[in-house]
Amino acid sequence: MADPHLGFIVAAYAVAALTIGAMVGWVVLDGRRLNAELARATRALDGARRGAKGARR
Amino acid sequence: MVNLANPTAFVELSRRVLPWLAAATTALFVVGLWLSFAAPPDYQQGETVKIMYLHVPAAWMATFVYAVMTASALGTLVWRHPLADVAQKAAAPLGAGFTFICLATGSLWGKPMWGTYWVWDARLTSVLVLFIIYLGLIALWRAIDDPGRAAKAVAILTLVGAVDLPIIKFSVDWWNTLHQPASVFRLGGPTIAPSLLIPLVVMALAFTCLFLTLHLMAIRNEILRRRIARVTMLAAVEGDRLAPGLAAGGA
Repeated sequence: MADPHLGFIVAAYAVAALTIGAMVGWVVLDGRRLNAELARATRALDGARRGAKGARR
Repeated sequence: MVNLANPTAFVELSRRVLPWLAAATTALFVVGLWLSFAAPPDYQQGETVKIMYLHVPAAWMATFVYAVMTASALGTLVWRHPLADVAQKAAAPLGAGFTFICLATGSLWGKPMWGTYWVWDARLTSVLVLFIIYLGLIALWRAIDDPGRAAKAVAILTLVGAVDLPIIKFSVDWWNTLHQPASVFRLGGPTIAPSLLIPLVVMALAFTCLFLTLHLMAIRNEILRRRIARVTMLAAVEGDRLAPGLAAGGA
């Protein structure tokens, strides 16, 4: 492909790849962070419930 | 029949569907890119026409995602579907991403073809307005703490912004624009040669599958975010119940 506008074609594909990569990265990393946070929050809730039961006894 | 209004059922369904959607997206991108690079050059534009295989699907997705958000806004305001605002919130950043790709690749296509990166033409300006609307909706979600109030405000703004969709579509017919008129979705049928149209359609399917995959994942994330808020609140309530007991025991 010896086109005089090759730079524009490469730049367009690079911009699209970077943007799609950012969108995928945002969704995947956000999901991992939220799963870890939910596990932490669930542990905290379980701990609070066990503590409440213990205090009642 | 799966009850999609139930977040737990939705998460379970999306868990089963996502691997297939992700595989379809990857396969369509591989085939689409291969067809795009194997496609012949345009008789006027030469190889620069290869930018079309990104620019046009991204432009279609920019408006399609907004149409999805408009339907979700109606779901929030009219039918009060419990997942409508979740779907809307999850779609906004993806729509902004596709619109950014459309604007950036269009600009990089415009320079060699028109001699300029940007012109205040009706089509380009209306797409820029769409990008600004997406950013405004994302900002509005973040600005209002109460999710219920945020959902209503965003839904109303989304419906107002939907006016931009027909303007984008018909801008090339209503005004004299530098941008070319529709060449695929037109009454007389596509005016593009099949050798250029087939890679374009495959790339459009790839972009659509990419959106569906990311949208499902983003909806799941949003459901998780709300679950975390609920569990954290329950933990705080349990902690409050425990605290007086401890105080009484200590006295």
